[in-house]
Amino acid sequence: MSAVAVGQSARPHGKLRSLRRVSARVSVHLVLLVICAIWLVPTLSLLASSLRPAALLLSSGWWHVFDSPSQLTVANFRQVLEGGQLGQSFVNSLAIVIPVTAVTVLLGGIAGYVFAWLPFPGERLIVVVLVALLGLPVQVTLVPVLQLFSRLHLAGHFAAAWIAYAGYTLPFAIYLMRSFFRRIPREIIEAAQVDSASAVKICLRVAMPMAAPALASLATLVFVWTWNDLLVSLVYVGSGPDVAPMPVTIANLIGSQGTGLELLAAGAVISLLLPVAVFFALQRYFVRGIVAGAVKG
Amino acid sequence: MSRQLLDLILGTALLPLGLVAYLVAAEGAVLRHAGRRAGSLRPWLWLAPAFVLIAGVLVYPLLKSVYLSLRNADSTAWVGFKNYRAIFTDPSLVAVLKVNALWIVIFPLAAVVLGLLTAVLLDRVRYERVAKAIITVPTAISFVAGSVMWRLIYTYNPPGTPQIGTLNAFLKAILPGFVPKAWLIDQRFNNYALIFVGVWLGTGLATLILSAAVKGISRELLEAARIDGASEWRVFRYIMFPELVPALGVVMTTSVIAAIKVFDIVYVVTGGNYNTDVIATRMYSEQFAYQNTGLACAIAVVLLLAVTPVLLANRAALRREVAQ
Repeated sequence: MSAVAVGQSARPHGKLRSLRRVSARVSVHLVLLVICAIWLVPTLSLLASSLRPAALLLSSGWWHVFDSPSQLTVANFRQVLEGGQLGQSFVNSLAIVIPVTAVTVLLGGIAGYVFAWLPFPGERLIVVVLVALLGLPVQVTLVPVLQLFSRLHLAGHFAAAWIAYAGYTLPFAIYLMRSFFRRIPREIIEAAQVDSASAVKICLRVAMPMAAPALASLATLVFVWTWNDLLVSLVYVGSGPDVAPMPVTIANLIGSQGTGLELLAAGAVISLLLPVAVFFALQRYFVRGIVAGAVKG
Repeated sequence: MSRQLLDLILGTALLPLGLVAYLVAAEGAVLRHAGRRAGSLRPWLWLAPAFVLIAGVLVYPLLKSVYLSLRNADSTAWVGFKNYRAIFTDPSLVAVLKVNALWIVIFPLAAVVLGLLTAVLLDRVRYERVAKAIITVPTAISFVAGSVMWRLIYTYNPPGTPQIGTLNAFLKAILPGFVPKAWLIDQRFNNYALIFVGVWLGTGLATLILSAAVKGISRELLEAARIDGASEWRVFRYIMFPELVPALGVVMTTSVIAAIKVFDIVYVVTGGNYNTDVIATRMYSEQFAYQNTGLACAIAVVLLLAVTPVLLANRAALRREVAQ
């Protein structure tokens, strides 16, 4: 084959290649654009619906919000927060989630430290049991735990949610913190022991501060999980107006015919403000936690 | 001050303080009384609060559920495996298993495909951070709030009236002659419609796990293959994909477990009506609507048995991924 022939055949071939390159680049953007659009629309539709007057909500789709932006109103939010059941549920949610997060992080941190640094007989067996409990479907515990709470007169109170959520999340918390504490260099713990610091002090004042990033991951994750959970609250705390957290109240409102869609939308927006704020503000910790949380199933 | 605020303060401040006080008191007791045995007693005292909670809400109830599953509706008589036989023979329960099987096949498949697609494509664009945030933000949104959103999407109005549901309005706009569908009622679509809500909420986790795996692949290796003239498809098929297999295993098993346990979406969106009931929602209604404790516990145990092998596979996949 002569040099000329090679040159002639190479050029159209190169053009074709670059054309294919361009179309490949375009299709990459196109696919991502479509996926992002589908992923954005539900959130947008909820936001738009929560800002529209009730009458309009039932007569036209949420996208008509762009036709007349002047009709946007915060009336739905005002109604939800003033005296409504949803405003009360927001406080109830906080009263469940914050103590659960505090207790789980503290107990998980201490237990994780024990498993990493205070050897005791039977440790390996207990770790195996804990790992097995990580993925236990909560359903398999519902009936007996509810019977237990009823006997102790805890059912329908925040205390039931505190105990249940802390207990359900602890195997994961211990597992996560144990693997973190095992990476602390032995010298640091031994140096503190030589300084004859007490065992409690070494755990709380030396090891815990070093674990701050892992504790932050754990805290954001427990917060978001507990805030979003429906089933456990539904069964142990129930729908009482003075105890029901947001997911339970919203689920009940959907079921009842009397509640307007506009209040439901506003309530749902309020319920996702905190976890979404946590997602953006503490993204690094949240992502690390939730990826580690894949073991929880 | 309202009772809720009081409880909030009590729970937030006093519970952790009480736990620290317990720790200090236990340590004092260890040092005073145990002497040389302090080292062997301490771990148990420190673990005690966590163990009491775990034993109380996980270990004891698990055993009790197995026991109750072998008894009748109000737990007054022994019935052997009758409840378990009912799960696999009663037509309405078999229907529930079939719907759950649909979840177990479709949800993980969709999550894996979309997770892989987004993880690989996001790696090639400049707006990766924004797009990734859009796809993963639902991982922080509750299933309940997500379900409210999707009810707005699936809203159905009879033909001839304005469609205010996003999906029907969209399809009507792009397809001439499209007849609006009752997505959540029509049994040809409703389970797929529900599964897609799960996909929307769950793909973010798959994207996060797979994206981390994509970033872990050596850039030099990919560049070398491209310089050697390998097509993008071959680069993906022969270099990226084998490296992603362990992470895909984690995503697959995690999604299967989520599909087996799905509750919130079905409970909130359809309440299990129109043949959308799954194992977890049926277990809930057996106990709390029909007071059939024996059957409810048997369903829960079946749920556990279904999850267990996948969980073991999940552990193995995680170990492989960590090793890599």
